Amino acid sequence: MQNECWKGFAGGKWQTEINVRDFIQANYKEYTGNADFLASATPRTRRLMEKVNALFSLERQYGGVLDVDTTTVSSLTSYAPGYIDKDEELIVGLQTSRPLRRGVNPFGGIRMARQACEAYGYKLSDKVEEYFRYRTTHNDGVFRAYTDEMRAARKCHVITGLPDAYGRGRIIGDYRRVALYGVDRLIEEKKKDKAALAGRDFNTDDVRLSEELFQQITFLGYMKEMAKMYGYDISAPAKNAREAMQWTYFAYLASIKEQNGAAMSLGRTSTFFDIYFERDIAQGILTEEGAQELMDDFVIKLRMARHLRTPEYNALFGGDPMWITEAVGGMGEDGRTLVTKSSFRVLNTLYTLGSSPEPNLTILWSNSLPEGFKKFCAKVSADTDSIQYENDDLMRPIYGDDYAIACCVSAMRVGKQMQFFGARCNMGKLLLIALNGGYDAESDMHIGPQMEPMTGAPLAFDKVMERFDIYIDWLSRLYVNTMNVIHYMHDKYAYEKTQMALHDTDVHRFMAFGIAGLSVVADSLSAIKYASVMPKTNENGFIVDFETAGSFPKYGNDDDRVDLIAKEMAHKMICALRRTPTYRNAEHTLSVLTITSNVTYGKNTGATPCGRKKGEPYAPGANPMHNREENGALASLNSVAKISYDDCRDGISNTFSITPDALGKTEEERICNLVSILDGYFAKGAHHLNVNVLNRETLLKAYENPEEYPNLTIRVSGYAVNFNKLSREQQKEVISRTFHEVM
Amino acid sequence: MKAGYVHSIQSLGTVDGPGVRFVVFMQGCNLRCGCCHNPDTWDISGGESYSASALSEKAEKYRTYFGEKGGVTVSGGEPLLQAEFVSEFFRACHEKGIHTCLDTSGCILNDVVKELLSHTDRVLLDMKYTNEEAYRKYVGCSMEGPLAFLDYLNEVGIPTTLRQVIIPSLNDTAENITALSKISEKHPCVDKIELLPFRKICMTKYDKMGIPFPFADMETPTKEKMEYLESILKDR
Repeated sequence: MQNECWKGFAGGKWQTEINVRDFIQANYKEYTGNADFLASATPRTRRLMEKVNALFSLERQYGGVLDVDTTTVSSLTSYAPGYIDKDEELIVGLQTSRPLRRGVNPFGGIRMARQACEAYGYKLSDKVEEYFRYRTTHNDGVFRAYTDEMRAARKCHVITGLPDAYGRGRIIGDYRRVALYGVDRLIEEKKKDKAALAGRDFNTDDVRLSEELFQQITFLGYMKEMAKMYGYDISAPAKNAREAMQWTYFAYLASIKEQNGAAMSLGRTSTFFDIYFERDIAQGILTEEGAQELMDDFVIKLRMARHLRTPEYNALFGGDPMWITEAVGGMGEDGRTLVTKSSFRVLNTLYTLGSSPEPNLTILWSNSLPEGFKKFCAKVSADTDSIQYENDDLMRPIYGDDYAIACCVSAMRVGKQMQFFGARCNMGKLLLIALNGGYDAESDMHIGPQMEPMTGAPLAFDKVMERFDIYIDWLSRLYVNTMNVIHYMHDKYAYEKTQMALHDTDVHRFMAFGIAGLSVVADSLSAIKYASVMPKTNENGFIVDFETAGSFPKYGNDDDRVDLIAKEMAHKMICALRRTPTYRNAEHTLSVLTITSNVTYGKNTGATPCGRKKGEPYAPGANPMHNREENGALASLNSVAKISYDDCRDGISNTFSITPDALGKTEEERICNLVSILDGYFAKGAHHLNVNVLNRETLLKAYENPEEYPNLTIRVSGYAVNFNKLSREQQKEVISRTFHEVM
Repeated sequence: MKAGYVHSIQSLGTVDGPGVRFVVFMQGCNLRCGCCHNPDTWDISGGESYSASALSEKAEKYRTYFGEKGGVTVSGGEPLLQAEFVSEFFRACHEKGIHTCLDTSGCILNDVVKELLSHTDRVLLDMKYTNEEAYRKYVGCSMEGPLAFLDYLNEVGIPTTLRQVIIPSLNDTAENITALSKISEKHPCVDKIELLPFRKICMTKYDKMGIPFPFADMETPTKEKMEYLESILKDR
């Protein structure tokens, strides 16, 4: 049976062990040409897309949430099959019984599920409430174990966005495994792994793993049941391209039915699918038009994915994102490019279906990528502002050539590595707490080591650094321990059975910490070092503002005097974090990424020595502060490129907005120049770039007349959003960002 | 080693020469063109001082972005006023293998300038008008300077882009474009002509400096007009 499904494929290790990479390497066909071969949308796709767009429009009219099923707890088989249009769809499966109807997932926390329902005018059913009255959620577990100090750090917002009330996400199942092997084979392998535990002395780790394997096997079974409800038997491997996409999608769908993690990324599927396309095309059962149509239908399904969130959650992660991140392109370890025709096809969906923030298409950029692909990417960026770029030449030596991106910038080997997501700490606030000797003026709370505030004289750089180090050490330990509580409880009460079933049993774990406000801290320390910063106190003797006299170098101008401070801060932070051991011996990593929380973080932080006023938004991710860049776009890119990826293995996010005019006079020039910029930036060892090619005026118009710009997509911080789904506050912040213009 | 006085640096330039360019705006200008959009570069006494080697080291930090076509462009102000410095800067760039481009009005041609041109890979020559009268009236110098400059560029074979700012009522005519085209035909070193629409976004600079913008009342050319003039160029 299996041999029949694999007919025409080159054999290898992948047949005797679960090894998708080996299958890809043995079978894929690189494509080094241009985009001329691409087909446009078929009438079927256009008809279906009209329905989908009408649903999206309705969803907007309903305030962002079209419908909520308040009586069913989301799981793999808890809803009847749902369709957009059963007769037209090539790939089937929805999260609930109707398109855009959101399910409730209280496993992370019942309170959040309840509040999310209420925020949109619904009430969580008594049935669900009753059921969870006797069930411990992840959120219950965490708050039982939190110390007072952990609660305090959370309350004063020095650590925020922690996944302690919702699913942690950031785990990418190797969804391709279901297509290549069929579920039965995966169950068989997991059973072998479980049986192999028998020889061990069962310590805590073994007991936990043994139970986890039991859950994984059970949920692989549910996945089969779920597919059966749609009329498919996925116990055996996929026999053709449509089945390969359907099987893969079922695996992804099962995961988002089970989990409402913040980021539920897809992985690296397009080149895998390409092998099936090529086989079908060679057999004469598929045309280019048909291949594009399948890709379109697959992507339509991804665009339908939704989770139910609270307004507070949306403030941190604006725009209703799922981070269905798909990594596209890159190079292989053998020097062949992993770009295939399907790398083009998946990008082409931004034309066949229109621009869209999801899936979060992420180009793994290498200097060695084929020129035709580079140019197509640049064209897609200029036309749609929907894609982002990450440095394959930087990541491939670390993660090999079958890694993917979770969320925005988190690299991991597909099916072999996972991460414990840890949101971020507010470094700007931490600096203020340090200067105030363990007092946060915004929340009026005493926290951390208690010392005298540094008042009465202009701040001395060395003394401030000495003081800051103490607080970095304090916060790092607290942060790691807080994360340990969260992930212990998530494993215990909301374990990702489906996704972990699609990983190797012996998995490598990262624990991903993050910092917000890097540019504010760098500029503030630069002000203290190169200008004169006098603290201003309130009646209680605490610092509430600063008087900064004189000029100082600002991050974003390619000036080592301040850029190296930023680099050093990231380095200090990861070194401090590494000193505290992690749950399950996870490897500490650090990101400089904010999503849209840079607005909230700024709001919760007092005035900073760099001249940023109390409450003003931070720059997103690792971006320089708005309008402090005086030497143009490349100087700004060079500054960010200095932050070391070795310190920030969970990613360094940079968002770059440029007007079309500043990129060149003709379309051809703009495309070539964008390619040069990307080549140049990544050759500097930089990690990530979001590219927006647009005029500020467009955003201002969309801000005033949202109904005229229903599909305006922009990149924010590691992901793309529909501009109209951002809050007014977030929109204003995006508008105020630096746009690189023609001088 | 002579110091150079730099008005500002734009690390990403895509409209002043081929590809992605590191653009240096030199301080000081000898002309007072009515349409000038950089009045803040006129004053010869201002600017930040650089040595040629320091400036070339700065430019080198952007080398990875230049690709096959890009490099440095020196604009202004009028770079020829600091020809010795620019010459040294370009030489230093050439030593690093960086392409050099000079954006100039072409009003000065002496030995120092000729030395500078020997280190120049491309010239963007701003032919402001195509007749002597307009040159005298709106630039304040003779057209013979730029023409002699162009003759020399042709003689030594430096690839040249002729540029002209199109200002309605002054040079937005088919005759002018034809004349410009004829000048280029006589000089095979010219491989490109760029027509730039006159713009008034520099008004705020004038206001800030408290000086009147001479062409404040001039119209900006319409998109259709620009396309029409471009089409004349193409047809020739």
